[in-house]
Amino acid sequence: MVATGKDPVLVVLQLSGANDYLNTVIPFTDPLYRDYRPNLGIPEGDIIRFTDDLGFHPSMGPVKDLWATGNLAIIHGIGYENSSRSHFRSMDIWHTCEPDQVGTEGWLGRVIRDLDPAGENVLKGVNFGQGLPRAMALRGVPVTSVSDLASYGVLTDVPAISAPEEREWMLELFSRVYSPAIGSGPVMDYLGQTGRDALKGADIIKTAPEQYSSTVEYADNPIAKSLRSVAQVHLANLGTQVFYTQYGSFDTHFNQLPTHAKLWTDVAGAVSDFFADLREHDAADNVTMLVFTEFGRRVQDNGTGCDHGRGGVAFAIGDRVKGGMYGQYPSLKAEDLIEGDLAPDYDFRGFYSTFAERWLGLDAKPIVGGQFEQLDFL
Amino acid sequence: MPSPDDIALMAHLMRRAGFGAPRAELEQRAAKGYAATVEELLNPGPEPGIDEDELVRYFPQFESSLAPVAAQTEWVYRMVNTRWPLQEKMALFWHQLFATGNSKVDNPPELSAQIAMFRREGLTTFPNLLVQLAQSPAMIYWLDNNGNHYGSINENWGRELLELFSMGVGHYSEDDIKEASRAFTGWTIGPKPPRQPLGRFYWSFDFIPSDHDYGEKHFLGHTGNFDGGDIIDIIVRQEDTARFLSRHLYNFFVADEPQVPAWNITPPNDPAAIDFLVQAYLDSGADIKAILRALFNSDFFQQARFAHIKSPAELVVGTARLAGNYNIPRTGFTALAFECNWQGQELMNPPSVESWHTGSEWIDGGALVRRVNFAAKLLSDTSLPGVQAILAGLKERGNLSPADFVRTCLDLAGPVQVDDGTFDELLAQAQQGGDISWDTDEQGQESQRRAGAMLAMIAATREYQFA
Repeated sequence: MVATGKDPVLVVLQLSGANDYLNTVIPFTDPLYRDYRPNLGIPEGDIIRFTDDLGFHPSMGPVKDLWATGNLAIIHGIGYENSSRSHFRSMDIWHTCEPDQVGTEGWLGRVIRDLDPAGENVLKGVNFGQGLPRAMALRGVPVTSVSDLASYGVLTDVPAISAPEEREWMLELFSRVYSPAIGSGPVMDYLGQTGRDALKGADIIKTAPEQYSSTVEYADNPIAKSLRSVAQVHLANLGTQVFYTQYGSFDTHFNQLPTHAKLWTDVAGAVSDFFADLREHDAADNVTMLVFTEFGRRVQDNGTGCDHGRGGVAFAIGDRVKGGMYGQYPSLKAEDLIEGDLAPDYDFRGFYSTFAERWLGLDAKPIVGGQFEQLDFL
Repeated sequence: MPSPDDIALMAHLMRRAGFGAPRAELEQRAAKGYAATVEELLNPGPEPGIDEDELVRYFPQFESSLAPVAAQTEWVYRMVNTRWPLQEKMALFWHQLFATGNSKVDNPPELSAQIAMFRREGLTTFPNLLVQLAQSPAMIYWLDNNGNHYGSINENWGRELLELFSMGVGHYSEDDIKEASRAFTGWTIGPKPPRQPLGRFYWSFDFIPSDHDYGEKHFLGHTGNFDGGDIIDIIVRQEDTARFLSRHLYNFFVADEPQVPAWNITPPNDPAAIDFLVQAYLDSGADIKAILRALFNSDFFQQARFAHIKSPAELVVGTARLAGNYNIPRTGFTALAFECNWQGQELMNPPSVESWHTGSEWIDGGALVRRVNFAAKLLSDTSLPGVQAILAGLKERGNLSPADFVRTCLDLAGPVQVDDGTFDELLAQAQQGGDISWDTDEQGQESQRRAGAMLAMIAATREYQFA
């Protein structure tokens, strides 16, 4: 476990829809790259080189800066055996760590349970987005899911009331009708407890934006907004140790060049602003970010886009991360591809284990369902 | 004029056998009588539940869309607007029992086709449903029966057929699973014509004789050269099957039971009710309509008011029906489908073949906040036709004391039956505003606003979470 003196915090950023590995970390000196990407190849002059033979997508300038300061770990060829080309199935596998059967428990649900076994802090895990990702789902583990921090809460959108004092009495009434004094039996008790917890969580979390001020100006797009919300809650010291958010869609079968460029402009800017914001508040040293996608895309382009593939690239970002490259870029040679896809040779569960054990100080085995090779970026 | 008791009972029936009904429909149905309404629900007429041409005209994008939300939206549209509520409710019942998920099938049109089969066959017999299920291409793919070959069985379908779809764990042996799997070899998905030039074709069931194991099998004490149909015939004659299905029907229609994995160690909440349903199953030869008729006409059903936590689909569809603004093709149905997803029930994508856990397991912090906010927003929007109908009903009663105001709102929004403590809190709130009066325009407007707020609070109560 990395010692920071503060509780370690993990921020998970999911790139939904399968981010194209080849055009994210570009092997520009490999002639096969040009052969496979006649339509999608990034012009050599635009590529942001960071080694002699690898470069970032032109939209990833801020990511190059993270690399230059040694805060970015690139994990090559990540995936799992018998990779599924179904978004839904593959995302499930990444969320549950169950490649052989359909699982229901999320790996981060297990992380949150182990961080807070008594379930004392309803804000131990916070998701920004619509609906709870399966990664955070685990029975009995309270998790807060916020679609919009500014308007989050109970009874926030009731057309019949407008005045703030009316909303106040309504919330008071809500807490009274969910009080233990009313109702009987375990189900009513459970509903009452859950309602009061939700109200408490909303009450606490809504203080976060009020306390927040920063000189960092985030861009106006959903991922920037989400990461700004993560920063606000983190800076409010509410005890949250697992944050989750996602952005997409990276499912670029068609018209990839402009779409992928826009997505990475948004992500790179938001991540960079997020860490700048934390540093401004001296709150970056106990935060690491995990960036993943469900699989990479097909090596050969299809005209204006590319189809579902296998091996992908993941990132770990943070002040405590030992920057560098981990693993090998998978071979582009035809004989090394699996049905035209990059062959993954590093199991994502080892990546997760590294965070669980070396960052959060937990026993990774029960969390990811086995022993997998960890990496030294932490 | 039906009595308040008749209305309350009809509301209960419609919440369970359908997705709830607004007041005017409850009064019409109650006037016809309870038993007559049960018969009407059990016997959908020949015309489709919704106008299919209208659906295609307004939502051409639904057909063959590969986006899961398109398939979900189409189904939600049908649930809200069907003229045969029980038919649609049974489609949901079979979906929750025979859970098949897009996470693996990755083909929403095939899942919609399976749901259409449940809609079409849902009130026939259990053996028929199991045969249809065994031949559903989405199910074949979901449980790998396309990989179940002569001489090299794949047990996935055989196991779940016994464990999750008919008998329940503990009532058969591992050998029974293997023998059942042998009997289903060769039941697979047919080759598909290429997409070009005619477009996408649906998957089809195919039987490959050369891949079928015609040998002798020993299954649940019977011996013969069984094929899949024979296996199903044996399964449906088991009392364990009758008991398993009865408990599912009880959990879905009557009152929340412990979760399925606990069934072989935890007895039913009402063993006599389960025995009664088992008898109805055995007497009728597993005729679903006959079992449901017995269920809906039973005392235990009629008494089980608010004993079942609404699933997200029940909460979303029921509230939308009450608000009354979703009864025509329009935009906004996608939002209802997403709402089910966000509340924890992604239709056609259950978390696993073990399906969703139900009852209080629908509720976690995030889901409860969504449920409360969704229902409170719709029911307090006094511009919506269903809410206006409630307001009109309120106005008909004239000026009201705070207690009568609360009672009437609860009555017209359900009737919703609340705990005394909840009633007292709502009443204390109403008393702060004094009597409800419609004498002047100003008072009328204030009364209307107060009614909207009261409906929001009713929608936010714990009791509203129950059907």
